[in-house]
Amino acid sequence: MKASAFAYARPTSVPSALELLVAYGDKAKVLSGGQSLMPAMNLRLISPEFIVDIGELAELRGIVVKGDVLTVRALTRHVDVLRSPEIATHAPLLRDATSHVAHPAIRNRGTLGGSLAHADPASELPACMVALGATVIVCGPRGERRIPAQEFFTGIYETALSPQELLVAVELPVARKDSVHFFHEFARRHGDYAIVGLAAQSTIVDGQFTDLRLGFFAVGDRPLLAGAAGKLVNVAVTPEVLANASAVLGEELDPQEDQQATPAMRRHLAKVLLQRCVSTLLSRADLQSGVPAR
Amino acid sequence: MTPVPIFLEVNGERIDTHVLPRLNLADFLREHMKLTGTHVGCEHGVCGACTVRFNGEIVRSCLILAVQAQEGSVETIEGLSDSGEIADLQAAFRDRNALQCGFCTPGMLMAAQDLLQQTPEPDRKKIREHLSGNYCRCTGYQAIIDAIETTARLRAGRAT
Repeated sequence: MKASAFAYARPTSVPSALELLVAYGDKAKVLSGGQSLMPAMNLRLISPEFIVDIGELAELRGIVVKGDVLTVRALTRHVDVLRSPEIATHAPLLRDATSHVAHPAIRNRGTLGGSLAHADPASELPACMVALGATVIVCGPRGERRIPAQEFFTGIYETALSPQELLVAVELPVARKDSVHFFHEFARRHGDYAIVGLAAQSTIVDGQFTDLRLGFFAVGDRPLLAGAAGKLVNVAVTPEVLANASAVLGEELDPQEDQQATPAMRRHLAKVLLQRCVSTLLSRADLQSGVPAR
Repeated sequence: MTPVPIFLEVNGERIDTHVLPRLNLADFLREHMKLTGTHVGCEHGVCGACTVRFNGEIVRSCLILAVQAQEGSVETIEGLSDSGEIADLQAAFRDRNALQCGFCTPGMLMAAQDLLQQTPEPDRKKIREHLSGNYCRCTGYQAIIDAIETTARLRAGRAT
């Protein structure tokens, strides 16, 4: 199908974009890379009256490292993330995750800011933000707000953004030299929506986690920073400890049913990912035994 | 809704025109430019049949508005074919029976050429990954992978 008719503006500064968003409120939609918005419009899932195309806002482009903070501005495309030496050095988890986002032609247009504002619970990037402890920066008529990633995602396609606000950047703490990460997702084909995925970042000292952040996606209505990680930090991880963490994870999850998987299948796959993550990060093949199917 | 003035380059030719904001680039190319080699399949970015080059990079033309192409440069399958840029790739597709109905072929060729420009000698896994966003309902893909692999080898041989 084709998108229904709408009025269109391409502002050339953030203040003029905000003026339009204030004037049109929830009748307007922000167009960034359009790789989620355009399909939804073509399928007539949404029919905005007004499109604010922010593609010309040069001030929303770029990746900057300053001290311990890596700032990725909203219009950074997925392909830019994949090619960025700063991301490879300071947020390698984000690079690995982005290689799983859709397909090359989509990654040439889709943006980080757009993906986060869209907040698809099956998307890789919101889970990375939660795992990396990102801060989402939004601009609105009353100035700037800085929102921790965990508070930014509030439901299926729902965020803390108001219709008058624009997501302008995310700030990530620069990865510590001794940190290690894990990313894996189960999908029918490379680039498809994940059935379940895990983005994890950790530090390890003497074979024990001193920090572990597990960002699961496609297991609920928003990315989940799993509390089960607490069961694995500052302890010698044995199969029993891991089984206990796995049970705690199962309690935390609230997976949805769709044509890809049942909640039980998603819960099982999340436990498989937890086990692979822990055994990979700790280089412990002995933790690789099967996950009980319960 | 009133038409918006735009100018852009299509296959090297400057175009000045007016379009409605809702018009996507694929329909602009097909209906306004009569360049019907760009195919419209799913219209939501899944099938890859509408793949074109925009400012040198492959994109889904069904997921870009024509107004967003303002000041940009679009190359379609007609452009790549007429310039001879992909003549060897097209020949390999033909030789290997890498097309049957031909609906997906323009998008496949676009994606394949993009890969070969970035990665001169991709292995089969890499080829599959790069084409993962392009659907073919006839060939079963094997022949398409073969044709791209053959072209890569021939190009590498010619370069040395």
